[in-house]
Amino acid sequence: MNLYVLLKMVPDTVEELNVATDGKSLDSEFLRFKLDDPDEHALEQALLLKEKHGGKVTVVALDAPEVDEVLFTALAKGADRAVKILVNQSGLGTVAAARVLADYFASASDKITSDTLVLPGSQAIDDLEGELAPSLAAALNLPFVGVVSGVTLAKEQAVVTKEFAGGLRGEFEVALPAVLGIQSAEKPPRYVPVAKVRAVMKSAKIETVDHTPPDRLIRLELDRMYKPEAAGRAQMLEGAPEGIADKLVEVLANNSVI
Amino acid sequence: MATAILVLAEQLRGEIADITFEMLGAGRKLASASGVPLYAALLGSEAAPLAARLGLADKVFVADQPQLNLAPAHTIAVALKAILDQAQVGLVLIGGTNGSIGIGSFLSAKTGLPLVNFGRAAKLEAGAVVVTSQLFGGKILSDVKLADGRGIVSIYPGAFPVEAGKSEGTPSVEKVDVAIEAPKVSFKQYLEPEKGDVDITKQSVLVGVGRGMQTQDNVQLAEDLARILGGAVCASRPVIDQGWLPLSRQVGKSGMTVKPRVYLALGISGAPEHWEGMQNSQCIIAVNTDPKAPIFDGAHYGVVGDVLELLPILIDKVKARKG
Ligand SMILES: Cc1cc2nc3c(=O)[nH]c(=O)nc-3n(C[C@H](O)[C@H](O)[C@H](O)COP(=O)(O)OP(=O)(O)OC[C@H]3O[C@@H](n4cnc5c(N)ncnc54)[C@H](O)[C@@H]3O)c2cc1C
Ligand SMILES: Nc1ncnc2c1ncn2[C@@H]1O[C@H](COP(=O)(O)O)[C@@H](O)[C@H]1O
Repeated sequence: MNLYVLLKMVPDTVEELNVATDGKSLDSEFLRFKLDDPDEHALEQALLLKEKHGGKVTVVALDAPEVDEVLFTALAKGADRAVKILVNQSGLGTVAAARVLADYFASASDKITSDTLVLPGSQAIDDLEGELAPSLAAALNLPFVGVVSGVTLAKEQAVVTKEFAGGLRGEFEVALPAVLGIQSAEKPPRYVPVAKVRAVMKSAKIETVDHTPPDRLIRLELDRMYKPEAAGRAQMLEGAPEGIADKLVEVLANNSVI
Repeated sequence: MATAILVLAEQLRGEIADITFEMLGAGRKLASASGVPLYAALLGSEAAPLAARLGLADKVFVADQPQLNLAPAHTIAVALKAILDQAQVGLVLIGGTNGSIGIGSFLSAKTGLPLVNFGRAAKLEAGAVVVTSQLFGGKILSDVKLADGRGIVSIYPGAFPVEAGKSEGTPSVEKVDVAIEAPKVSFKQYLEPEKGDVDITKQSVLVGVGRGMQTQDNVQLAEDLARILGGAVCASRPVIDQGWLPLSRQVGKSGMTVKPRVYLALGISGAPEHWEGMQNSQCIIAVNTDPKAPIFDGAHYGVVGDVLELLPILIDKVKARKG
């Protein structure tokens, strides 16, 4: 199997997010980046498939702050190759990012083969212009299924589980090659000790590919970005933990649960 | 805006999904304000009988073809494109649901219309439609302008009232026949929700735990509280994905929709995908170390603090109260 996992860095929402003075982007000063959650799962799913069926896992990312560490971590977990596409991502929308990746898959060394599976995350927290997975599938003319939480491989096809709502899921057959938007892997993403990542940093290399940014970065006209007003804000219970617990007991009693 | 608005009616297992009514209500407002017709598209052989429920639309385009039943996003986009070409549509509304994911992107690729994701409000402004999107798990809003009102908007479930999209009226129905290539994705079967040890949709008290609980061991504290309150523990997606609790306990977009008397959200940020599943709880109590966590915008009661510190004290106090 020829497995590709696409890795996207997103702002860590545990930190406070502020809008920059242009009113149209995030203030980068205090931003910390982390790998988008679903991508952790896409990598895990790829590694599980490799363990079962053999093949090669390649992780691909566009250049971004803190991305090298994420790529080395993927190698330490068992990915075979890490590729960084050198393109400026600022202002780059989903459609343009899909274009960049589609160009990458058109290059001689990374052509889509009959046993290729491309595994982006299902949906990132900042995908204003749609999800990359179906945009990439459209650009590469490949089949696509999104919100996938399980993949098994049979002859020339993948059998995938897609989530609907209310715990209901559906099973679909997908002809290979294909693009699958991964929501969660069959198992929790594996852990890799920091020492192992450090060792990989010394021994392994990240391949780089140059790319000129597309002419049109985004098709949308962004008016402004802002923080939501705290509408209908909760009644806040304040004080020391003891006092708060007393108030909570009152709330629970008033709602007749105790 | 000089062209029509089209809502892609979403259905699951013979029922029109609520998101469809949300979109019809929102679409009707925009259509009336700009004096254009509102259309709906209903796809699939099992869906055709449902057209009568879409009375708020001026017209329903029905593609009564079995190949469209549970069809992949690409095929649905092909069908929508055919309707767009025929009916002079400028604005398309699609549900931001798991079922519809990808349709907007394919349609955008086919038509060149820009796609706006995560839409939760829309208004007319001098001929343009301004869409407000919710990004970064609800922490940031972004206004996007669709010039001439042309584009595709994916609508967040829960963004608009369902009732506003219902009508006693009878829409006119126009049958369309779409040329469809054999898809490379085919539906095999439904996998029913796992029957868990407890049915969280039937509990009157739920203790919801999120990533803020930090370890699997800490979930035990929530179990203790749930037991003395006579309820059960449920969770946000990351907790389930880590394997700390079974899938049957997941609340939200992919998980269960719950409406308990009391929902405690412990270490849950309140991302829209979680909110979607528990927003109708009668009383929501949130505990979070981050005073800016979006969960506080919708909860009834909020506590800024460390849940791991608060829980043991709360458990003792509840025990004392119960005697
Ligand atoms: C297609 C799709 C479907 C999805 N379906 C679902 C779904 O069904 N259900 C679901 O829940 N999510 C779903 N999600 C994921 C969703 O977007 C969020 O990622 C998720 O809800 C976040 O979970 P969380 O609040 O536990 O974690 P986080 O967002 O990481 O929040 C953790 C919170 O804990 C707080 N915290 C940390 N330490 C403490 C402490 N000691 N005491 C108190 N608070 C603390 C932090 O301040 C933070 O607010 C879906 C996403 C997608 C894209
Ligand atoms: N700029 C990017 N660089 C690398 N991968 C990306 C990028 N944008 C999107 N992806 C992949 O596509 C998935 C969905 O992202 P999004 O389109 O932002 O919803 C991510 O989880 C990544 O796997």
